[in-house]
Amino acid sequence: MTGLVGAVVEAWDELRLHKMRVLLALIGVAAAVTAITAVTAAVEMLAQGFTEQDERFNGRQVTLSVDAWATSPDVQADTAALDATYATALERYGITYASRDMYTQVPFRFPGGTRPTETRAVDPDLGVMQRIGVTEGRWFTDADLQTFAPVVVVNEVFLESLGVSGLASRPTVLLGDASPVRATIVGVTPRMWQGEGPSVFVLYDQLARWYTPADPEWGPTVPSLKVWVPPEAADDLAPRLQRDVVAALPGWEVQINDNRSMGSSGLDGAARWVALGVGAFALFLGGLGLVNIALVTVRHRIREIGIRRSFGATSGRIFFGVLMESVVATVVAGVVGVVLAVAVVKNIPVDFLFGGGIQDMPPFPVSAAAVGMVCATAVGALAGLLPATVAVRVKVIDAIRY
Amino acid sequence: MTVLDLLGADDATDVVPPVVELRGAARQFPGDPPVNALHPADLQVRAGEYLSVVGPSGSGKSTLLNLLGLLDRPSSGEYLVDGIPTAQAGERERAAVRAQHIGFVFQAFHLLPHRTVLENVLLATIYSGVPRTERRDRAAEALDRVGLTHRLDFRPTVLSGGERQRTAVARAVVSQPRVLLADEPTGNLDSESSAAVLELFDELHADGLTLLVITHEDDVSARAQRRVRITDGHLRELA
Repeated sequence: MTGLVGAVVEAWDELRLHKMRVLLALIGVAAAVTAITAVTAAVEMLAQGFTEQDERFNGRQVTLSVDAWATSPDVQADTAALDATYATALERYGITYASRDMYTQVPFRFPGGTRPTETRAVDPDLGVMQRIGVTEGRWFTDADLQTFAPVVVVNEVFLESLGVSGLASRPTVLLGDASPVRATIVGVTPRMWQGEGPSVFVLYDQLARWYTPADPEWGPTVPSLKVWVPPEAADDLAPRLQRDVVAALPGWEVQINDNRSMGSSGLDGAARWVALGVGAFALFLGGLGLVNIALVTVRHRIREIGIRRSFGATSGRIFFGVLMESVVATVVAGVVGVVLAVAVVKNIPVDFLFGGGIQDMPPFPVSAAAVGMVCATAVGALAGLLPATVAVRVKVIDAIRY
Repeated sequence: MTVLDLLGADDATDVVPPVVELRGAARQFPGDPPVNALHPADLQVRAGEYLSVVGPSGSGKSTLLNLLGLLDRPSSGEYLVDGIPTAQAGERERAAVRAQHIGFVFQAFHLLPHRTVLENVLLATIYSGVPRTERRDRAAEALDRVGLTHRLDFRPTVLSGGERQRTAVARAVVSQPRVLLADEPTGNLDSESSAAVLELFDELHADGLTLLVITHEDDVSARAQRRVRITDGHLRELA
């Protein structure tokens, strides 16, 4: 241990003496470590962006969706009994996050007239479960459930169609056709794609209170139930939920879907390896430069090596010393590279570059810094092998005659 | 009754091994024909002796120095340092003997130009097992011994030739070796600096250090109490 510390101290001492040489040798390594660390970190952040994007569509892992549909147009749905079943199940199984979810068309009055609008009737928990963000205003809260008049969260297109520029004027909109009710707009969701139409989120209970749709052509409908549960509980919970709902909806088909197979993990695989491959190649090139300079340096230090040998340095010590010089140098370069990578990643608008909307921006990943440091150390050791071998082969007699 | 009496020895020299001892040591370099740089030679240098090896260029002086300094191995025969046989010893063992028993002074000084005078002297202590905490003090003491206390933080490149060689002497003695090997120590010095270095050697000898100086200069050789001439690889003791 003392020997290792001594070797590191000696190596550092050598590097301190030859700052310019070290600087030249290490620029490439530091740049490559910066690249590989930043890319590793960026890939992790990008993965988080993709994960959140998936969760906006499919819900967080694991979201179970209880879907029911009538097996014939004649069967009826006792929605009160269904709601009671849902409530009982949530309590029985200790489910924290759950939301009814029903896609429907609801008439809203725009300046050009009333028109059916894509509407999603939900509970407040869905905001967390599907990371629904708002650009202005807020998402539903439990307090909204107690309000008599409905509140809605609309998308930007809806607001534009209404001829309103923001929520500062506390805009409202008429919901329904024959006897409409005035709904307060409390939040605005961002535009998700070009050509998007107006859409609305409304609390399920409030919609049920204020609007009764005409009988749909395809028969009665009931809301899905979405629950966010721990992965280890999902398999056990799914059949129980299905059984409970089947009991509440005689004559209905009930199916449980989970979102574990949805979304893509391609970024964790191929993209990551491609990024690491590019970084590794850059590091290889940096390492070649280091080998080149280290070899030239050893040739310039032949006399010094001879002197050290004449005063008792073993060939092993010379080998280890030269090797450690390379390792210590690249570790220093690695630290510089990682610091630069942190600075770069922290100061570029990663969120913007990834399309925005990352809610839980991960901290700079320690694994990325570790990858950078391991690569730097490894390239130092590899780059040091050749000059260390050359140094050991120096003949003392020739060296001190040199 | 003393230990010597028990051993039946005439005097201490019979039981205390020489500091350096060649026993029929020869060095032949392969070639066509092979070159006998050193013919089988016997030489004993006892503790406290001051020996000079004198000879012209090409006589085998450097070959002898390399053998004595464990920088080379004899082709035949044996070489002992403080009674330790070295001819067949492993590289690590020879390096240890070199570090702890032998100090070198070279004609060309061989100081490291990027290091300070103090750091140059300190270099030898790294390999001789001097504890890290003592190295700096030991180096400073050695430099004080050669009169260079005022130059500790200077680079060798700004020193005079004489000062450089005195730095080299300090480096050679800092680990308290058993023998100091000097290869043409005045070869690169003017007469004044040469005299100063030789005076320093006299002082070290007076302090009990064993010195072995290789030179082609008769006046340098004459300072030693024993003289050996080497001619065409043959060693001959001079009266």
